[in-house]
Amino acid sequence: MEWEYSPAPESRAIADIKDRYMPFIDGAFKEGGGEDRDTISPGTGERLSTVSTVNAADIDRAVKAARRAYQNVWSTMPGAERGKYLFRIARAVAERSRELAVVETLDNGKPIKETRDFDVPATAQHFFYHAGWADKLQHLGLGPAPHPLGVAGQVIPWNFPLLMAAWKIAPALATGNTVVIKPAETTPLSILVLAEIIADADLPPGVVNIITGAGDVGSMLVNHAGIDKVAFTGSTAVGRRIQRELAGTGRKITLELGGKGANIIFEDAAQDQAVEGIINGIFFNQGQVCCAGSRLLVQESIADEFIERLKQRVETLRVGDPMDKNTDVGAINSEAQLGRIRGHMDAGRAEGAELWSSSCPLPKNGYYLSPSIFTNATPSMRIAREEIFGPILTTMTFRTPDEAVIKANNSPYGLSAGVWTEKGSRAMGMAVALRAGVIWDNTFNRFDPTASFGGYKESGFGREGGPSGLAAYLDTDDEAVTR
Amino acid sequence: MSHLAVSKTYKLFVGGAFPRSESGRTYQAHDKKGNFMANAALASRKDLRDAVVAARKGFTAWSKATAYNRGQVIYRIAEMLEGRRTEFLELIMISTGAASKDATAEVDAAVDRLVHYAGWTDKLAAVMGSANPVSSPYFSYSTPEPTGVVGILAPSGSPLLGLISVIAPVITGGNACVVIAAEQDPCVAITFAEVVATSDVPAGVINILTGRTSELAPHLAAHADVNALDVTGADGELRQSLEQAAAETVKRVYRPKGIPDFTAAPGTARLRAFLEIKTVWHPTGALALSGGTSY
Repeated sequence: MEWEYSPAPESRAIADIKDRYMPFIDGAFKEGGGEDRDTISPGTGERLSTVSTVNAADIDRAVKAARRAYQNVWSTMPGAERGKYLFRIARAVAERSRELAVVETLDNGKPIKETRDFDVPATAQHFFYHAGWADKLQHLGLGPAPHPLGVAGQVIPWNFPLLMAAWKIAPALATGNTVVIKPAETTPLSILVLAEIIADADLPPGVVNIITGAGDVGSMLVNHAGIDKVAFTGSTAVGRRIQRELAGTGRKITLELGGKGANIIFEDAAQDQAVEGIINGIFFNQGQVCCAGSRLLVQESIADEFIERLKQRVETLRVGDPMDKNTDVGAINSEAQLGRIRGHMDAGRAEGAELWSSSCPLPKNGYYLSPSIFTNATPSMRIAREEIFGPILTTMTFRTPDEAVIKANNSPYGLSAGVWTEKGSRAMGMAVALRAGVIWDNTFNRFDPTASFGGYKESGFGREGGPSGLAAYLDTDDEAVTR
Repeated sequence: MSHLAVSKTYKLFVGGAFPRSESGRTYQAHDKKGNFMANAALASRKDLRDAVVAARKGFTAWSKATAYNRGQVIYRIAEMLEGRRTEFLELIMISTGAASKDATAEVDAAVDRLVHYAGWTDKLAAVMGSANPVSSPYFSYSTPEPTGVVGILAPSGSPLLGLISVIAPVITGGNACVVIAAEQDPCVAITFAEVVATSDVPAGVINILTGRTSELAPHLAAHADVNALDVTGADGELRQSLEQAAAETVKRVYRPKGIPDFTAAPGTARLRAFLEIKTVWHPTGALALSGGTSY
């Protein structure tokens, strides 16, 4: 029997996409001095809108506006008042949530059910959580009156454009810093809608400045002499470069970089739940997630049967129009990213791994890939070592828990890991043994503003969310100095 | 007949043993007046790499030890140091020219610093960790864990207190370290290694090299199996180039904002610099929902 779904598209009109967007500097939307950039809707491959980008003079203006706002208003305002602004933003995000979800899906290519049920609600919650901290910083254990750092320069990626904006802006503002933030060049729209919300909330001009452009703009921002703090989420290669460029400046940095998360399935795992968790781990947001469970480690005794079961389930995933409410896997964010993922797939085949792809039909236009699984992979292969950042799962096997730990930890990355077992002591023991910043027992890809997130090793340093996320924006250096 | 003094051969401290430099090189340490004190081992790049291997092994043992055990071991270092205070007093007075009163203050403070950190090991999780009231049916907690192998450039000018003030917070968190001793203070550093060697500290947790900081530090900063770097003992251009090298493997770098005052209460910045926060999620299922959440 065929089970066809009728199309269930969300309305594009709700997004009210404008023909042109501008950077938001010192409380106003003004034309930037850089080249215009078109932003493409990955679901169709068509132009969505045009964005005015900034030049060096605009960046300078934004940093100066942030400095003025820091000195004159934001750092001297009582924490309770700062908090009230953030509460306002949280409420307004919730009020405009349907619009934001559609904007995000159109600009990013991720399924509407993800933006609607995760990205946007999590954004509102992130502001709400941090709003409450603004007048309680003395309870963090960082001294009686922890001091903000000043102006934060922030650069965020394209995989969760709105949520990453919240992860950066909310803690910076709650702790009394002001920000200049740059979204990725392929996904500038949702943060510019957030800018409207910020303006409507009457946030003092200059407290949040949003500058648009590509990597060169980000590089100019983090190297700007007027910045006191740098927060970056993105690739390990760029993170490394930022750390190197800022060597010797004394500027506080937090980096949230790449990952190659191990998802470990023991023979006693609840297999149907594990299958769902693996799918969530690698196909959520088309696998374009730094903490994706991209290395599947299955205990040898169940491997063949389990991977067969996994393939059967992946076969049922609906890939297609991100705006359709029934879509499970949407579009890859850009043509360039699609090319990078395909390059990894070629490398995997060339090194001798076996590639299986879902037979689901793909739309003719737009940037799509079938969910795929590599088997017969070995730890030395590129597909087992390098971040693919796409809907491609690399599977390997293990025999003993010790071997699982060694294989999972055998990576320069250390962002996330998952453990699937019905034995509580083994789950908790593995959680201790795995060298990664976030461990999910019998679940995957869970996030909450109260729970800090961030990497070990080359996945970066510093945390976002929870009490330790606030420390990233405060002067925590309490060592006495003679001079 | 008067006793002819038997002087000590100062060697390196690597993996719980006292080897000479594999290079066979030594350099002369002088006292404040410029007189010859001793020949110290001039560690090579190979010695440094051996020390990192030893530290990785030490880390495995030390990070698995209970917090209570780590506290007792660090307290034991304080006990052993107290027992050899006369030796350190003399060494400090000779090498730095300090008055007896100042040298006494330094040794006292060094012992007290170790006792301070001995009491930290089993409080880190309570102070720096959290139970996370997530808005979904999961039990979630965040807890500090050691960063791994930490490279330390020991400060000069305070041969014992400075050395202990940079080592103690690192091992308190469960890390292992490779220390490059201040170039002019090899005798104090290696004598402290003898204290460590008799304090039940697992082999490899603390490794101390003597030699030229400018020669060794770049290799320490660039080593791919070193997770973090404390650049207290380097300044100016060397510090900047070390930070650049550290970026290649995204090392955590602790960089004091000035010349640290080790006589002051230490704060927590050095502890935090070498701790990672791990967040764990575990489902609580339908029971948590029917019974209300646990928070």
